[in-house]
Amino acid sequence: MSRVVAAFVALLAFPLAMQAMDALFYVSLGSRMLIYAIAATSLNLALGYGGMVSFGHAAFFGAGAYTVGILAAEGVQSLWLAWPAAVAVAALAALFIGAVSLRTRGVYFIMITLAFAQMVYYLFVSLKTYGGEDGLPMRGRSDPGFGLSLAGDLAWYYLVLALFAALVYLLHRLSRSRFGRVIEAIRENETRAEAIGFPVYRYQLACFVISGAAAGLAGALIANQSGYVSPSLLHWIQSGTLMIMVILGGVGRLWGGALGAFALLGLEHLIADYQFEWLAALAPNYQDHAGLAVGAVLLAIVLAAPQGLAGMLAGKKRGDARA
Amino acid sequence: MLELRNVSKRFGGVVATDDVTLEVARGEVHALIGPNGAGKTTLIAQVSGMLAVDSGRIVFEGEDITRLKAHARVRAGLARSYQVTSIFRRFTVLENLALAVQARSGSSFSFWRPLAAETALTDEARALAGEVGLADKLDAVAGNLAHGDQRALEVGLALATRPRLLLLDEPMAGMGPQESARMIELVERLRARLTVLLVEHDMDAVFRLANRISVLVNGRLVASGSPQAIRVDPEVRKAYLGDELAA
Repeated sequence: MSRVVAAFVALLAFPLAMQAMDALFYVSLGSRMLIYAIAATSLNLALGYGGMVSFGHAAFFGAGAYTVGILAAEGVQSLWLAWPAAVAVAALAALFIGAVSLRTRGVYFIMITLAFAQMVYYLFVSLKTYGGEDGLPMRGRSDPGFGLSLAGDLAWYYLVLALFAALVYLLHRLSRSRFGRVIEAIRENETRAEAIGFPVYRYQLACFVISGAAAGLAGALIANQSGYVSPSLLHWIQSGTLMIMVILGGVGRLWGGALGAFALLGLEHLIADYQFEWLAALAPNYQDHAGLAVGAVLLAIVLAAPQGLAGMLAGKKRGDARA
Repeated sequence: MLELRNVSKRFGGVVATDDVTLEVARGEVHALIGPNGAGKTTLIAQVSGMLAVDSGRIVFEGEDITRLKAHARVRAGLARSYQVTSIFRRFTVLENLALAVQARSGSSFSFWRPLAAETALTDEARALAGEVGLADKLDAVAGNLAHGDQRALEVGLALATRPRLLLLDEPMAGMGPQESARMIELVERLRARLTVLLVEHDMDAVFRLANRISVLVNGRLVASGSPQAIRVDPEVRKAYLGDELAA
């Protein structure tokens, strides 16, 4: 608990420190990390807690982003309209995709969620009205009303942080509720869960929809963060990135998604945007192949911490999702 | 209480259950016996709703449940245990049983309130653990239990749903004589308040417990009657009991 408090104090103080050091760029990077932390946490609910290996979460992430982008293009800037709409659209997409996909199991589930997400991707690539392949720029961030503005980096960061904290708390509550116990039981032994009277399909679908809705919120945020939505948000590589974050951070662990997002984006930034002299001396153009370097470091982390970063921090006390 | 009318199931060319008509009366322990591969487990799966019937009907307490989903049959009062132990291995004994109680008591679409606050669930789970002889192992992780204790938990999970008809699929599978005796004792106690359909290979247990015995061979019901009648039934002796009872 004290570590959680310390982490939040650090997250609260971070932008102030950056401002003092005149390095506001890092505040923006921090917001981006937190947004991906929300997206990865939402995937972790389905994948880690519910045992549903969704390879199509980009669909919900992108659906949320495009909802905000399209509404903005149509002149709807209000946060209070656009963000709930983004969450609702993503939830509906998850309801539909989940209702079909959850009739399959194992590798078929992975493939069918991937297929659905790619369909959504190509749908938006071909949607010329809203930018097609080129994407859709936004004029500014959503308008919270009440004379407030989210244009400033600090205000934006704190809003994202608050939403991230709310989501983690929600997941914490959920994992200890009746519902949380049921989805854990289904992950553990689906047949028996049905045999003691739980309608497995309904619980899994509900879990999938909540997960999709949260991913939609992350999408709404990323659209605002970048001021731009493009089909790349929907691409399967995005789904894969979220999955890597969850695995890296800790499958089925409260902080798994967040830790994975921080680690992966931090690492990418470190390798792509910093010139390490000693590395450059060895391989002068290593930054042109940043992906390779990131991959190597990720491999090392996963090998060293099979339970993910969260598992490593928890001291590997328990190998399950109730850490 | 339970009626099977012309129930059949084929897997490709293999006939697993073939036109089985069978009645289980309220309050009895009805044993279902037969050689390996006779279709006993298939029949249990059909009654519990895990497998659909190809043809025929299943009637439980006067209601046709042929098309009812497995979880809905549990709510209707029909629970099963598994031949191959199927428990929540990473949960403790108490968590296993409390989960099964939870399945029966109200909706679990509750996302906020901590489960730990629901002492009624754990109280009942504790009582159930006592009933199946696991009172001193409440906090043991189920996967680490000895085989006999896992079998007891297996039955406990089914009991927690408060069934009126309990389907026990080889509850004594893989048990030593001492553990079997414990299980027989448990079923003896249960018969006072519920009906049992028992699949079992242990003939001592079957003849001690059953009021009625039905014999399944190659998916077909070849005989159904009192233990005394089954013991002397020439058809049964030829098809199945053979050496075991002749000795």
